[in-house]
Amino acid sequence: MASKKWLVLTSATAMVATALAGCSGAGGGGGGGNASGGSGSGGAVNVLMVNNPQMVDLQKLTADNFTKATGIKVNYTVLPENDVRDKISQEFSAQAGQYDVASLSNFEIPIYAKNGWVADLTDKANGDSAFNQGDIMKSMTDSLSYEGKIYGEPFYGESSFLMYRKDLVEAKGLTVPDKPTWAEVADLAAKLDDGTTKGICLRGMPGWGQIFAPLTTVVNTFGGTWFNEDWTPGVNAPEFKEAVNFYVNLVKEHGEAGAPQAGFTECLNNTMQGKTAMWYDATSAAGSLESADSPNKGKFGYAAAPVNKTASSGWLYTWAWAVQKASKNQDNAWKFIAWASSKEYEELVGKQLGWSRVPAGKRSSTYTNADYLKEAGAFAEATKAAIEGADPNNAGVQKRPAPGIQFIDIPEFPDLGTKVSQLVSSAIAGQMTVDEALDQGQKLAEAVSAKYKK
Amino acid sequence: MSTKTATLANGQQVNFKQPNRGGILLTILAWVVGLLFVFPVLWMVLTSFHSEADAATNPPSFTAPLTLAGYRSFFESAPWPSLINSVMASVVSTLLVLVLAFPAAYALSIRPVKRWNDVLFFLLSTKFLPVVAGLLPIYLFAQKVGMLDNIWLLILFYTVMNLPIAIWMLRSFLAEVPSEMLEAAEVDGAGLILTLRKVVAPVVMPGLASAALICFIFSWNELLFARVLTGTVSQTAPVYLTCFVTSQGLFLAKVCAASLVVSLPVLVAGFAAQDKLVQGLSMGAVR
Repeated sequence: MASKKWLVLTSATAMVATALAGCSGAGGGGGGGNASGGSGSGGAVNVLMVNNPQMVDLQKLTADNFTKATGIKVNYTVLPENDVRDKISQEFSAQAGQYDVASLSNFEIPIYAKNGWVADLTDKANGDSAFNQGDIMKSMTDSLSYEGKIYGEPFYGESSFLMYRKDLVEAKGLTVPDKPTWAEVADLAAKLDDGTTKGICLRGMPGWGQIFAPLTTVVNTFGGTWFNEDWTPGVNAPEFKEAVNFYVNLVKEHGEAGAPQAGFTECLNNTMQGKTAMWYDATSAAGSLESADSPNKGKFGYAAAPVNKTASSGWLYTWAWAVQKASKNQDNAWKFIAWASSKEYEELVGKQLGWSRVPAGKRSSTYTNADYLKEAGAFAEATKAAIEGADPNNAGVQKRPAPGIQFIDIPEFPDLGTKVSQLVSSAIAGQMTVDEALDQGQKLAEAVSAKYKK
Repeated sequence: MSTKTATLANGQQVNFKQPNRGGILLTILAWVVGLLFVFPVLWMVLTSFHSEADAATNPPSFTAPLTLAGYRSFFESAPWPSLINSVMASVVSTLLVLVLAFPAAYALSIRPVKRWNDVLFFLLSTKFLPVVAGLLPIYLFAQKVGMLDNIWLLILFYTVMNLPIAIWMLRSFLAEVPSEMLEAAEVDGAGLILTLRKVVAPVVMPGLASAALICFIFSWNELLFARVLTGTVSQTAPVYLTCFVTSQGLFLAKVCAASLVVSLPVLVAGFAAQDKLVQGLSMGAVR
């Protein structure tokens, strides 16, 4: 009966192959390549984005709202942060045209704009009165522009501030100033640290976007900088060393357990579960601390990013939408962006999913919305002030060769920042001294500066 | 090894071999090593039934209440297109590999073509280049010919990638076929196709099964090419799995549940082909 089996096997193969021929895969709306297809009359838009919770919400709400209203089908590809960065840079540098819209941060957008990879959105944004570009906070628009033109629209934005447990602070008879200095924060951390509840959580995990997000703001306010205006690196300059020594000592003495491996998620967990009394990190973390399932909801206070030599010190970060220059769906892509970044979308999320899940931090109007303030009142004002106060073109005490607060906006920074962060992380783990780490870091920075120095 | 004699109820005497101390130690070691290998999988199964908050606790909690929330969120997230893509890429490429590798292996062992040794070495040499080195040219090529985000491109690559392995495996099985059988078939007037189908195939069935399973597993688990070459339409399950990892918020339980579901087809295929596989692998290994 072997011949029968073979016949069945061969014909089954043939049938499967025939049935599937012409089809390029099971996902999407048949848009494929340049997204010329799609089931709705309005065409399709292919979107490549990071899988943060706000994006997952967007994915859930698209079909019943955006597609229903416009007929435009949206095909999403969602990937983790590092993967999405790789994939977007591969896709956009090749101008492959597979994706019309991608989620990019204010780190990438000016670089991509300079390379000619993303479309100029200025005319579309200014011509769309319903979108109301004027409502987008100025610091956001500035950080997503290049040479005066807009290349991205924010989906949600954040700065950084100090979060602390009001009840623990009061129990010890202490107060946290609205605009604390780092010296005051170190003093508070020492007094709040009782062994089980640590004084402060500060990221120690390697990565340019992990430890160096908060740490670069500390360096800035201590008077240090990665590069001076003429590209002379300053990684082992006295101010940079003083800042990193301060940060490393603070986290070693009164910081969280397992600090060299603690990133945003670990600090969020520690703070939520009451293992640390203070936390200096992204303003967007407050939404999680105050969410319904947070054990210490309502007990948190919020103060501005601690300073030393500067007047303010918060970073500026946003996940924004940009359109690939090679996209053949520029108009539909704008319609999608104008919907996702709109005031109406924020209201939709507020009503359907809850106001704590609104992708906030980009529009001034969000902070006058009574419904939002009822939910986010504890941190709304501090968040708005932090975002509005952040100036990527004027961070620190000296002039810089490139914009950016917690990063230097050059393509080499992720690699440089990550390598130096590994050294600093080793210093937190006690494997080397901060001075040794930064002396090695200086050599890495010199290699980068050689490319730019004239 | 000492022996102990016991008398059964019917008066029959039986000798038991008593394991000595070395034997006991070896047994314990084997169990420890075995458990070490299985532990991560068991941990994944347990975590997949925990809530996100319990899955993220440090120290880990064994006794946290069980929930199906991880599985619910996996199935609610529309995983089917990527699972179908994975099934298609691995099944079609595996069938293609078998159809091509079987005759090729015949021509390299039973009726060796001229310079068969060079051919075999050439096939092996295609595996020398690190896959990642070819990634960029392949991406640019796919972009130029408009095959990006097309499942047939993956099928083509999986077929090409697995073909040398399958040919090498099948060749060693075919070499086991006794020449007397082939001669007898020839004497009886069987042609090439009939010989392949009725004489060779039944003998090397374990080999075919193990080659097929290995090709299936390799293409089912492949991530690098799939991540770079697919997009919204042809995304496969391993790429889909990665999208549960997020830098904001908790995801361990969801990822464990998703990973478990995605590993199921391979586990099922492995169990189904277990007998043939062990037979096949050990037969190939003897040579």
